Amino acid sequence: MSGLSDDVVVALAEAHRREWASVLTATVRLTRDLDLAEECTQDAFAQALTTWSEAGIPDRPGAWLTTVARNRARDLLRREAVLRRKLPQLVMDDVLPVPDDDRDPAPAVADDRLRLIFTCCHPALSREAQVALTLRLLCGLSTGEVARVFLVQESTMAARITRAKRKIATARIPYRVPSADELPVRLDAVLDVLHLVFTTGHTAPLGPALVRDDLVDSALRLGRLLHDLLPQESEATALLALMLLTGARRGSRVSDSGGLVLLADQDRGRWDRGQITEGVGLLVGALGRRPPGRYAVQAALAAVHAEAPSWEATDWGEVVALYDVLRTLWPSPVVELNRAVALGMRDGPAAGLAALDPLLDEPRLATYPYLSAARADFLRRLGRPDDATAAFEEALQLTDNEVERAFLRGRIDEVQASRRDEGAAGSL
Amino acid sequence: MAKYLVLIYGDEQQWDARTPDEQETNHAGHRAFAAAAGVRVVGGEQLEASSTATTLRRGPDGGVTVTDGPFLETKEVLGGFYLLQAADLDEAIDLAGRLPELTTSHGAVEVWPVVDLSTSMS
Repeated sequence: MSGLSDDVVVALAEAHRREWASVLTATVRLTRDLDLAEECTQDAFAQALTTWSEAGIPDRPGAWLTTVARNRARDLLRREAVLRRKLPQLVMDDVLPVPDDDRDPAPAVADDRLRLIFTCCHPALSREAQVALTLRLLCGLSTGEVARVFLVQESTMAARITRAKRKIATARIPYRVPSADELPVRLDAVLDVLHLVFTTGHTAPLGPALVRDDLVDSALRLGRLLHDLLPQESEATALLALMLLTGARRGSRVSDSGGLVLLADQDRGRWDRGQITEGVGLLVGALGRRPPGRYAVQAALAAVHAEAPSWEATDWGEVVALYDVLRTLWPSPVVELNRAVALGMRDGPAAGLAALDPLLDEPRLATYPYLSAARADFLRRLGRPDDATAAFEEALQLTDNEVERAFLRGRIDEVQASRRDEGAAGSL
Repeated sequence: MAKYLVLIYGDEQQWDARTPDEQETNHAGHRAFAAAAGVRVVGGEQLEASSTATTLRRGPDGGVTVTDGPFLETKEVLGGFYLLQAADLDEAIDLAGRLPELTTSHGAVEVWPVVDLSTSMS
């Protein structure tokens, strides 16, 4: 056996990113059981590592993986036929013939991935289970990786995923794209799950790195899939635009030394212009179709920032106006906080500070570090260094992300240094 | 096809305070539900007040202890149930979602899948 070549490792990683969900859903058609299909898909990828190293990378890796996974499923089904008959099967509409040979099941596969998304994000499952299943089954993250996203033990996550899959089978949550009248509500849950995956990757809640590229990429890939399969759903298009426009700033949010760089200080030359152009194009299409939804307005906000030449030259009037629309579509204390920050940019730090005041009593923001950080920044700009320091320290206590903590400590040092300078100047 | 037990909960005091008109509206809602569900209703009953319920449990001496009242003393009590037959959870949710108790702010409905003995017993 030849050693593992880089080519094989790269090809396998690429196939994992692109083909995991397709291989899994093609296998589900045969097994009618998510667990078994997942096991066979995993086996196929393990088999690929050996076979591709020996016999070379196949021309169509996806088709190769699908064939291997389905053969494995047939073996297991034959061997465990008696046992399996007693297990509840996934509720599936038999609108499509189940291909029994090894013909490429491609035409049915795209639809099947959509079915799987709606099954994973069914409202009868908890939001945590929805996100976990989506990451595991559609993005192909290992249980350990999903556990790290949620900051729980792998055994805890394994139990959570098993429980959710059991509920799908036992309570008969169907493997189906909802009917037209149900679709808007059900799609909202899918979009929220995708957005949550994206934001979790964009600013990891804990750990050494600010951005988790794998999660951002997973969310983007699913966002593209959803937009491609449901092109008429403008909120799906808008969410993809939002993720592209926000993700375009990825390369400039962390400095070369690993420090956090605020939107205000980012090198806009490092923003991904191709991604911004694509995001703006999608957004224009989504806005043209119907009254904008929550994601369209959020994408419009991201577009204003993406197209502004600098922080100072941002159209803050437009930003505040968009937040005024957003707060009616999606009333949330976080929206109020961002609106207050924009107001402070438009009308000055005193106005911003005043707009933040009512949020201090908001219980949902009690542990939210960005409120303290926003107050601290306005206090700093108002020349109140002691109050600013106290607020920065409050924010520091509330965040566990190391990059953000380093940034806040830096700000405290800056404020203290400027106070000493002023003190020295005053005593002259 | 699968069976689902649909449990109807609500605030008993608010149920008791209903006017005859409100009660009739509720009954009409159940008749409409039954008409919509048709043969998918396997059975269903309204329950008497929770104060008439009796709980049995194994006592410390190994015998059965009988006590007054339901197992859990909560404001929300079980007021009735249906046993439904449905193709999947979406159909069961669609049917249960038509129950008139859900038009009141205190009502809640649980949907429980029933064990299918034809596949689960060895």
